[in-house]
Amino acid sequence: MIELQAVNKRFNPGQSNECRALADIDLRLERGGITVFTGPSGSGKTTLLTLIGCLARPTSGRISLDGRLLSNLPERFLTEVRRHTFGFVFQQFNLIRGLTVLENVMLPAYPLGRPYRELTAGARALLARFGLEPKAGSKVEWLSGGEAQRTALARALINDPAVIVADEPTANLDSRLSREVLGLLDDLAAQGRTVLVSSHDPLVFEAARVRRRLELRDGRLVGDHPC
Amino acid sequence: MLMSPALVALGLIAFVATGAVLLACGFALRILGCWDLASGGELQVRLERRTYLISTLLGFALGAELLSLLLFVHTAESLSSQFVGAMCATGVLNANAFGFPALLLKIAVFFLAALWLLLNRIDNRGYDYPLVRLKYGLLLALAPLTVAEATVQTLYFLGLKPDVITSCCGSLFGADGRGAAAELAGLPPEPTLVAFYGTGAALLVSGLAFRRRLRLGPLFAAGCALAFGVAIAAIIAVLSLYVYENPNHHCPFCLLKAGYGYLGYALYVPLFVAAAAGLGAGLIAPLGRIASLRAVVPGEVRRLTWLALGGFGIFYGLATWVIVRSNLVLLG
Amino acid sequence: MRVAFERQKYLIDYTLAALLRRKTRNLGLLLVYALLVFLFASVLLLSQGLRREAAALLQDAPEVIVQRLAAGRHDLLPADWLDSLRRIRGVSDARGRLWGYYYDPAVKANYTVMAAAERPLAEGEILIGAALARVRAIGVGDVFSLRAASGPPALFKVAGILEPSSELLSADLLLLSESGFRALFQFPPERYTDAVLTVSNPREASTVARKIALALPSSRPILRSEMLRTYDAVFDWREGVTFLALAAPLLAFAVLAWDKAAGLSAEEKREIGILKAIGWETGDILRMKLWEGALLSLTAFLLGYLLAWWQVFHGGARLFAPILKGWAVLYPDFRLTPTVDPGQILIVLAVTVVPYIVATLVPGWRAAIADPDAAMRG
Repeated sequence: MIELQAVNKRFNPGQSNECRALADIDLRLERGGITVFTGPSGSGKTTLLTLIGCLARPTSGRISLDGRLLSNLPERFLTEVRRHTFGFVFQQFNLIRGLTVLENVMLPAYPLGRPYRELTAGARALLARFGLEPKAGSKVEWLSGGEAQRTALARALINDPAVIVADEPTANLDSRLSREVLGLLDDLAAQGRTVLVSSHDPLVFEAARVRRRLELRDGRLVGDHPC
Repeated sequence: MLMSPALVALGLIAFVATGAVLLACGFALRILGCWDLASGGELQVRLERRTYLISTLLGFALGAELLSLLLFVHTAESLSSQFVGAMCATGVLNANAFGFPALLLKIAVFFLAALWLLLNRIDNRGYDYPLVRLKYGLLLALAPLTVAEATVQTLYFLGLKPDVITSCCGSLFGADGRGAAAELAGLPPEPTLVAFYGTGAALLVSGLAFRRRLRLGPLFAAGCALAFGVAIAAIIAVLSLYVYENPNHHCPFCLLKAGYGYLGYALYVPLFVAAAAGLGAGLIAPLGRIASLRAVVPGEVRRLTWLALGGFGIFYGLATWVIVRSNLVLLG
Repeated sequence: MRVAFERQKYLIDYTLAALLRRKTRNLGLLLVYALLVFLFASVLLLSQGLRREAAALLQDAPEVIVQRLAAGRHDLLPADWLDSLRRIRGVSDARGRLWGYYYDPAVKANYTVMAAAERPLAEGEILIGAALARVRAIGVGDVFSLRAASGPPALFKVAGILEPSSELLSADLLLLSESGFRALFQFPPERYTDAVLTVSNPREASTVARKIALALPSSRPILRSEMLRTYDAVFDWREGVTFLALAAPLLAFAVLAWDKAAGLSAEEKREIGILKAIGWETGDILRMKLWEGALLSLTAFLLGYLLAWWQVFHGGARLFAPILKGWAVLYPDFRLTPTVDPGQILIVLAVTVVPYIVATLVPGWRAAIADPDAAMRG
């Protein structure tokens, strides 16, 4: 369970180009299901996800995870929490070119120092689950868009996180591939993982387990619709 | 002035390391002034990020300082052929007034640097920077020593003149001379050996007890310091005699010569490592009370204690081997 | 412990792949780095080899040489001194030596001419050093002519060439019989250039020297240990000066390394951003950067050191020989005995790797502190 209280985020505070990305967000996110963040671009969806996913610290306010206060922890410890709790899927896929599909999937586990055999076995199992096993040894630059996003999804799951954070996961995919990826996210929610998606793609709401839709505008929460 | 690649390398290390430490001191002052872990402000984030750079930089700089003690002694020994009257490193260190002060400063920096590196290592594993103030406070204490070491070493190198006739170890470590070195050389062999093995046994007992009860840390640290001192005294007073098989040759530096199979390195390296590890283990044990270090400190202390006991073990084993094997009969 | 070890293995793995992905960029730096190691290692290996060679030569040199001085100028030594020298306690034997320099305008070089008491040479026979034989293009059986002090050229038959194994010493050497030597230089009878002593206990050489100076006030005893010391100091000095001269390329290298490390490509910045977003910590990136430096340093070091080793011990050490050996017309052509010295490796590492680390640490850290949320903000 994630809880935000009076969270603010400013970029470049105190300077002429100061910009208020989020203002006074109060929010409780329960475990499980899919929560969708919507809103026009620049409304603060992505910034909110970076704060929830421990990628950045709020300028003020409190964020806690399962009752443990995270917002005042140093970056080093935030990374520690992030590794074990969150898996990330990005709009641009963000795979590392020149490495194979298998290596890309294993990357988030490198700093944990898990035994090599165990780690490759885990990564191969994930690839098999997403139908990517034949591609395991090929370089990621040769993948199609759908394959790339599935690889990214496998990578997000390698450390077995409880929460999947997906930032506009369908923005670079056509409708068929979008449905495919959303189906996979739906499966993850079915397994009991919490899925947080930011999107303004109406297709997202077709997913069966969308539980809640949060609407943002100008850095403020303006709507909270259960689905 | 004498010039050789080893001197150039030592000078380079001292220069770079002192530079790094001074740079880090500027940072340390800001840490001590502005550190506020609860704040998520820009300044705090910047400071936190800078700690990575500073601690890596100091890791290298102080690591190089540890190695430079070894290189320094090795160089002094190898230069001994170039000084009239010098038979070993003693003569070279005696070639001007800065030689022995440089060595002593380097030894002091060695121990403090080892302690700092240890604190840094532990601090990096606690998630909330538990030792940040202690670490940078200690750095401020270490800085003047490093500067002094670099200065004295440079003065020493610049003042090395091969045409100066220096004195050999016989005059410094002679039992009938004056000064601390001669006092040590003049210690009677039998009580010295008793003290030597007595301290060893006491250290072993306190080490084993310490492994069970971390509260005994300061006691173990004190024991290690004492054992280190006794060991040095025993080398000068007794062990050297057995090595050279000569009842009057007390020099602790001739041991480093190839002629004695580089025995000195085999004795000094474990001794210094063990003393540093033991002091460190004893001094960090109380830090186990800090919440974020509760999981880290006991394991680290146990490892260091083993390292200390192992190092002293090698040293005592080798010393005993030397005594048993020697043809010299000192004790009737 | 195991975890930490595994983690380093993964980091090395990733770093290696990253280095290979940017081959061309890293290759240039690697070559410059290896060249620098090569230069430093060459100087050290060569002077170390020369020092050993000189020490080996002096091993056979006499313990004490006695010269006679006339008001500080070197003078010929009368034969009756030999008897007085033998009478000094501790001296087991004293022999007079005949030798001198001979300037040959044809090759503009000095030869060392010496009477070889221990070799059976007839008056008109001569033994010559190998370098000299090369320069004058003569061999065994040829006739070698020298200007004699009496006027007309003296002709000698070359009875042999000195074996090349001792070439450092014998490159420019001419050996004559004693009578041949005296005739050539019109050397006064019962006089010698200097005397060499054999001492029963080498440790007592300095005591013997003191006694000689007392017994024969116009004598100057020279100890072998003094010569050894002079050699050591000379080689050390030359080495040190060459090292300082190499400081300029070292600085240039450091600037290059800094520049390379600071100028991260957009691709590399993107990669670091991704790594941080998916769970790598600043420390992990920094460690990766350090591994990058370590792998590069190690490769450069191996490459440079092996190349230096090869050129010094098998390639004739052409590079620094003129500086370290000193200048001469008759270069001895000799092979040094190959050696590897850990202390030396430590010194080469200290002067090349330390500047590299210093130059790349800050840029590496700058890369490592990239915001983890950069990958999301795209």
